[in-house]
Amino acid sequence: MQVTVKLFATFRTGRFDVAQMEHPAGTTVGGIVDALGIPREEIGILMVSGRHADLNERPAPGDTVAIFPMVGGG
Amino acid sequence: MDTILRIDMGAPGGPKASTEPVGKYAGLGGRGMTSMIVADEVDPLCHPLSAANKLVFAPGLLAGTAASTSGRLSVGCKSPLTGGIKEANAGGQAGMALGRLGYAAIIVEGQPPGDDLWKILINKEGVSFSVDNSCRGLGNYDTVAKLSKIHGEKCAYMTIGQAGEMKLLASSIACTDRELHPTRHMGRGGVGAVMGAKKIKAIVVDDTGTAPPQSKDPSAFKTAAKAWVEGLKRHAVTGQALPAFGTNVLTNVLNEAGGYPTFNFKEGQFAGASKISGEAQAQLETDRGGLATHGCQRGCTIQCSGIFHGKDGKYVTKQPEYETVWSHGGNCGIDDLDAIAQLDRMDDDFGVDTIEMGVTIGVAMEAGVVKFGDAQGAIRLLGEVGKGTPLGRVLGSGAGVTGKVFGVERVPVVKNQALPAYDPRAVQGIGVTYATSTMGADHTAGYAVATNILKVGGFVDPLKPEGQVDLSRNLQIATAAVDSTGMCLFIAFAVLDQPDTFQNLLDLLNAHYGLALTGDDVVALGKKVLSAERSFNARAGFTVQDDRLPRFFEQEPVAPHQATFTVKPEELDTVFNW
Repeated sequence: MQVTVKLFATFRTGRFDVAQMEHPAGTTVGGIVDALGIPREEIGILMVSGRHADLNERPAPGDTVAIFPMVGGG
Repeated sequence: MDTILRIDMGAPGGPKASTEPVGKYAGLGGRGMTSMIVADEVDPLCHPLSAANKLVFAPGLLAGTAASTSGRLSVGCKSPLTGGIKEANAGGQAGMALGRLGYAAIIVEGQPPGDDLWKILINKEGVSFSVDNSCRGLGNYDTVAKLSKIHGEKCAYMTIGQAGEMKLLASSIACTDRELHPTRHMGRGGVGAVMGAKKIKAIVVDDTGTAPPQSKDPSAFKTAAKAWVEGLKRHAVTGQALPAFGTNVLTNVLNEAGGYPTFNFKEGQFAGASKISGEAQAQLETDRGGLATHGCQRGCTIQCSGIFHGKDGKYVTKQPEYETVWSHGGNCGIDDLDAIAQLDRMDDDFGVDTIEMGVTIGVAMEAGVVKFGDAQGAIRLLGEVGKGTPLGRVLGSGAGVTGKVFGVERVPVVKNQALPAYDPRAVQGIGVTYATSTMGADHTAGYAVATNILKVGGFVDPLKPEGQVDLSRNLQIATAAVDSTGMCLFIAFAVLDQPDTFQNLLDLLNAHYGLALTGDDVVALGKKVLSAERSFNARAGFTVQDDRLPRFFEQEPVAPHQATFTVKPEELDTVFNW
């Protein structure tokens, strides 16, 4: 399946801002994170098509997966 | 920090200063100090621009000490914008300087006769007053440039621009940063108009010849101060994200979550968001020889600010904050960082609140005064404010007034104060805070975004009403307490997640004052401050009907989640039940 993966802040370094990726159907968000070499403990926020998700969620084809480190401001 | 300085601007024969012991206000700093004094001393029914209103400044409890990030300065009064109690606070150098001079608070009362503008100089010798009309009509940049030639570069300057002189409802009080730029503003609620009504153009704070305040237990203080810095550096938000990308790191997060108010709160995502994101801003600042990491005051370890240079490589303004980039950017359909930086510079110079001004221009765009996305049109409108034209005075009086004048229905204000950069339909917890805060719509009063969106301090689903009232209540109590220490609110990211860092904060206060505060005492302090503020607002005429969002948030679904605000009014009425 094809998903859009967006990376933010420090996760972009040495990777990309946004990319279309092919993953086998049923791949979890955690699987996508691991494939990118992002240590799971550094993750702050995960969203699948604009809704908060966890590592076990399985995106559907065409979903957008957004991966953020811990961030804050205000 | 055991003295209160009282300044009577209306004393016969000219302004007079006197001092008194801190007395029953001992143990309070920042917002705790300003709100307790305003609630005690100001007639809630007075006109905010009359002699009966008071302008109360209070540094934090640890201001001027070696404790990192402790130099916020609060100002309190009855707000000309909301008609209720107001506390606004800023970084910059003035808070620390007042701490070193030993003042726990400055209460400015009365009003001088005549049209002269006054300058107040506070130094170790005491307080002196002079008529100074030389800066009349000048913006904050020119005012500080002129005054620093006389008083030097080591002073901290608190000034008002044209907006404060005109007593506009969006006017702010500027504080200088380490480079003497008037970029740190006590922004919200029209506090600059109250200073203008008291005919004060500038307060110059000179701490030359003073020493840092002495701690009761210097060795315990030193240990706690070291652990405190270590705790702030260890947390991913205060140690990495804020220094590297600043507050504007939130643009992409809120946009992705569908909670980024766009086109005057019509939509929840902005197509141009990535162009004005913190990531893009930091890169641009670095490329042009500015700074992506910069502290607004000496000794802050977080350093969330930056320096923004123009295309010519010359200084334009400090790094525009997330709220500003949103209000002048996505909220107005503008995706040009240079235009946003120019608007930020103008806000700082005229002395107006960037949130109120951006939202006001969005309302004017809704009315068709200029088109959404028209950056030059926005700059032209803001220019009218500085010039004081009739249109400028309308705009400078905020989103509520502007909406009425132009017949706009979608006006995002609570208690007449503009909503900040989070749509309450897609971030329901912050909607509870906007509706119920004593300050009017204010994200800092109980930052539920942390838990709704950023997953700091737990997680409460932002799109559902469940749990939002409890979340907002607990955060409003904790925030009132943190604001009363005078610590920068950004410490909360580390303090909420790291119990040892919260303990370090208590250790600092205990070592400095010889106290034995516990976490329970902090909660009690927060409730006490909120209760005093609620009491003031009730006496000023506010009812539960003022603790509501504008109706369109319940009726108009916002894309992409098609969300409406679903926390019920009767639930909002339980926020302050404790």
